[in-house]
Amino acid sequence: MTDTNWDPSKPILEIENLSISFFTRLREIPAVMDFSCTVMAGEAMGLVGESGCGKSTVALAVMRDLGKNGRIVGGSIKFKGRDLTHMTEEELRHIRGSEIAMIYQEPMASLNPAMKIGAQLAEVPMIHQGMARDEAWKLARQIVADVRLPDPDRILGSYPHQLSGGQQQRIVIAMALMSKPALLILDEPTTALDVTVEAGVIDLVKDLGHKYGTSMLFISHNLGLVLDVCNRLCVMYSGEAVETGNVKDVFDKMRHPYTQALFRSIPLPGADKNSRPLVAIPGNFPLPHERPQGCNFGPRCDYFAEGRCNKAEIPMADVADSNRHESRCLRIGEIDWDAPLKAAKVFEKTPVGKVVLKLDDLKKYYSVSTGAFGGGSRKVVKANETLSFEAHEGETLAIVGESGCGKSTFAKVLMGLETATSGEIMLFDENIQSTPIQQRNTDTISQVQMVFQNPFDTLNPSMNVGRQIIRALEIFDYGKSDQERSDRMLELLDLVKLPRAFAERMPRQLSGGQKQRVGIARAFAGGAKVVVADEPVSALDVSVQAAVTDLLMDIQRKNRTTLLFISHDLSIVRYLSDRVMVMYLGHVVEMGTTDQVFQPPYHPYTEALLSAVPIADTRVIKQRIVLEGDIPSAMNPPPGCPFQTRCRWKGKVAGNLCETVMPPVRMLEGQHQIKCHLPDDVLANMEPVIKMAAE
Amino acid sequence: MLFFVLRRLGVMLLTALALTFIVFYMTNLPPNLEKLAKSEASVRMADDAVASWLEENGHGGPVLLRYAQWIGVAPGWVRLEDDGTTRGRCIASGMAPEDAPTYCGVLQGQWGYSTVFKQPVSEVLGRSVGATGWLMLWVMVVMVPTSLLLGVLSGMREGSRTDRVLSTFAIASTATPEYVSGVILIAMLASATAGISPLLADWGWISGKTLFQGTATSAMDDITFWNFALPVATIALYGIGYIARMTRASMTEVMTQQYIRTARLKGVSFKQVVMRHALRNALIAPFTVIMLQFPWLLNGVVISETLFNYKGFGWTLVQAAGNNDIDTLLGCSVVAVFVVLVTQLISDIGYVFLNPRIRLA
Repeated sequence: MTDTNWDPSKPILEIENLSISFFTRLREIPAVMDFSCTVMAGEAMGLVGESGCGKSTVALAVMRDLGKNGRIVGGSIKFKGRDLTHMTEEELRHIRGSEIAMIYQEPMASLNPAMKIGAQLAEVPMIHQGMARDEAWKLARQIVADVRLPDPDRILGSYPHQLSGGQQQRIVIAMALMSKPALLILDEPTTALDVTVEAGVIDLVKDLGHKYGTSMLFISHNLGLVLDVCNRLCVMYSGEAVETGNVKDVFDKMRHPYTQALFRSIPLPGADKNSRPLVAIPGNFPLPHERPQGCNFGPRCDYFAEGRCNKAEIPMADVADSNRHESRCLRIGEIDWDAPLKAAKVFEKTPVGKVVLKLDDLKKYYSVSTGAFGGGSRKVVKANETLSFEAHEGETLAIVGESGCGKSTFAKVLMGLETATSGEIMLFDENIQSTPIQQRNTDTISQVQMVFQNPFDTLNPSMNVGRQIIRALEIFDYGKSDQERSDRMLELLDLVKLPRAFAERMPRQLSGGQKQRVGIARAFAGGAKVVVADEPVSALDVSVQAAVTDLLMDIQRKNRTTLLFISHDLSIVRYLSDRVMVMYLGHVVEMGTTDQVFQPPYHPYTEALLSAVPIADTRVIKQRIVLEGDIPSAMNPPPGCPFQTRCRWKGKVAGNLCETVMPPVRMLEGQHQIKCHLPDDVLANMEPVIKMAAE
Repeated sequence: MLFFVLRRLGVMLLTALALTFIVFYMTNLPPNLEKLAKSEASVRMADDAVASWLEENGHGGPVLLRYAQWIGVAPGWVRLEDDGTTRGRCIASGMAPEDAPTYCGVLQGQWGYSTVFKQPVSEVLGRSVGATGWLMLWVMVVMVPTSLLLGVLSGMREGSRTDRVLSTFAIASTATPEYVSGVILIAMLASATAGISPLLADWGWISGKTLFQGTATSAMDDITFWNFALPVATIALYGIGYIARMTRASMTEVMTQQYIRTARLKGVSFKQVVMRHALRNALIAPFTVIMLQFPWLLNGVVISETLFNYKGFGWTLVQAAGNNDIDTLLGCSVVAVFVVLVTQLISDIGYVFLNPRIRLA
């Protein structure tokens, strides 16, 4: 290494007053302004903020990889005392990959599809240490074993597409660790992964950080993960750092209104849709060239003081009696930070009505060919197995599970995009399981509607918002005249709390949250009785999520709609659903009221899921259960219980029952059903996974 | 792999059958046959005479039966003449009818007789395909490396000066049709009165009158740089621009991929990023295009071969089509179909090797 004279007690990374701008033909767009932070050796620094706040730009600036348009316009980035901003390409090349390494958001896209894993890994020491090829491969093999991947030799010889998402991310981590870097930058490393896989990857990152003494810059929008991984934290808003400090200080004694608002908008344990609803941050995130004068957060802040907050740029200030805790707020000393949250509105719990939707023993199988060159044997993928449940009027039923568990297949069958293999779906008193959507009558179609996951792709980009809603009304045969439909469209915009003027706007002029509102308006256009919401908020930012969730709840209360809420995010499920159904590999493994599912006795899979969810609350004590391996392929499910390959309770069941016999559905008290072989006394003695520490 | 190839060969066979049938049907439409009869027998034949001539020479009867005879799966027609001799499709003149084979079609190697060249079609095709094969080979040798190099160089730094210069060249070359670029090349390099040849001759740098030869007729016997450079350059220029543009598009797209960023941030040098990480991924799209160039070359050489008077496949095709030479036309179509299908098969197989994500199915 070149820098033998670096003193380990000095910061590894020291960013001072960094400003970054992107230059377009029209104007200069400042992306990051006056950003400072330091990372000490062995420390993990979290960068938190909503999309567009500039956190990834900071990371790329450290790598000096801002592309053609991006430029550092001020400040310095010192790495081990050397200023990165003035280095030549050649000098940078020696630092990249060897001293600073990066882990990316999308592992699949970050690995070269046409190169073997081994070659991609071995390349790093071959470049930086001039290592011989054989030796480099040997090292690669060792590191692959280090990131806890099974069968390293096979993995080294395979191509990225042959690995699962979790395995790919471990490879990206292994690649970053190949030359034992001093600083690791992780840019949303687990956003694309399932929760149980995420938990495994996060554990690995923490362990490796300890083992190699690597400093980390951890970028995430997920506060729970940051609490899990980092020592220090920097909250960003609209290109600026607004608060920075030790994780515990910022979480427990936040001193910036934005941080506070952020915490109030995420569903922490204790929040409840009726008694303690989430508080969304009002307004929208300012565009980079439309930032207000003075405090960027001013227009959305509850504590905004006219004439002070919007007068001049606000500097970072130390928080009194604290250890390296700073905030960019003028009124730190004036605001009563501990004032309890004013309960906005308390709602009555909506009474649950008659049965609207009834599923009985629904099965959906796909047959696929497996031969690599066509033909081959045909295999059956059992996407849904014996799905039976009832959903009542005005009820929210959450369907929870990781990717590949069959929750989306179920939604497709219900919507009529696919037909069921066997079993029945009763909508009121009509059988709809084998009627594809083309043959459904208008009534059925308008009664069962869907809100989609990605609002960015589900609106027609060349049709204005009003027209799209009117089109839905036409399809639902609503109204007699265009005038009537147009009136109804405006009512719908009111319903989803969008200004009526939005009817004339094109989708590209809307933000993500606004687009999702249009999607909701469209779904409810025909007075839908059953709405399937497939991850409706997972593509949205935290502060917007709260608003959209609230809106859904509001409309549900008004229309007494049955909401089937498909999600992998257990925090939000706990917050808004009445009943929960947990799915694994096409099977319903547990179903009951929200309280029943979130309290022991659990199904072992539910237990692992709950433990994997990162919770942004320092008082929560979690039992750590990390599932080994990946979800088995639905094409080749394990015999017996679908979860037996990853279950930690298997030893408690006598004989090899789990491996051979599919567990029956057992009724525990109060309609709580579990698909598990565990004896009653074991179930009864299960510990809760999440506990609140005594205050 | 074997199964895939076998299945593809089966599909190819069916495609070839369908395509040749279409060509057979089109070339054997009644007006064509009437023309044939008039050119073979007498120009001033009456309509009923034409009909009986066609009937006597095996051009009557259902089209499917004639097609089957041409393929060689139905027995060739046999006819007992009024004068006691037996004539037939498979009976060559001077051959005893008993010795003649029953079947004589494409499958038996009997491709018919060319009315233009007064030779068996197989000989005509053998000569012309061979000649064009040499031309194609040299065009490929020049075109593929040049265009890939141009495409990669301009695509690796999108918008740079190199990119703009090379792109301008590529667009200009692909926008110039062969009959224009060929004429320009001849005028510039192969004319005794225009271009640079007179100058060079004056200075005594070249011994002959022109730098290159403006005709490639002599290349039929002996290919030299001087007689072959211009036809090859004419065809290659057009293709170079096209493939270079495709390669550039594919290369620029690859260079924006996240794995290229990964490689860059691993500390890989720019040269290595291009060579090791980008190149293979960038070649996937142009590979298909290059394989599509083979059938294009086979038929696209028509203009250049005519221009340079090189008697290859394209020239033969033009002659056959212009003179209603049905057997030669059919033979040409069989060759063309065969080349298209084989190159596509090679293209699909090569694709798998370039792109590990693709499984043949």
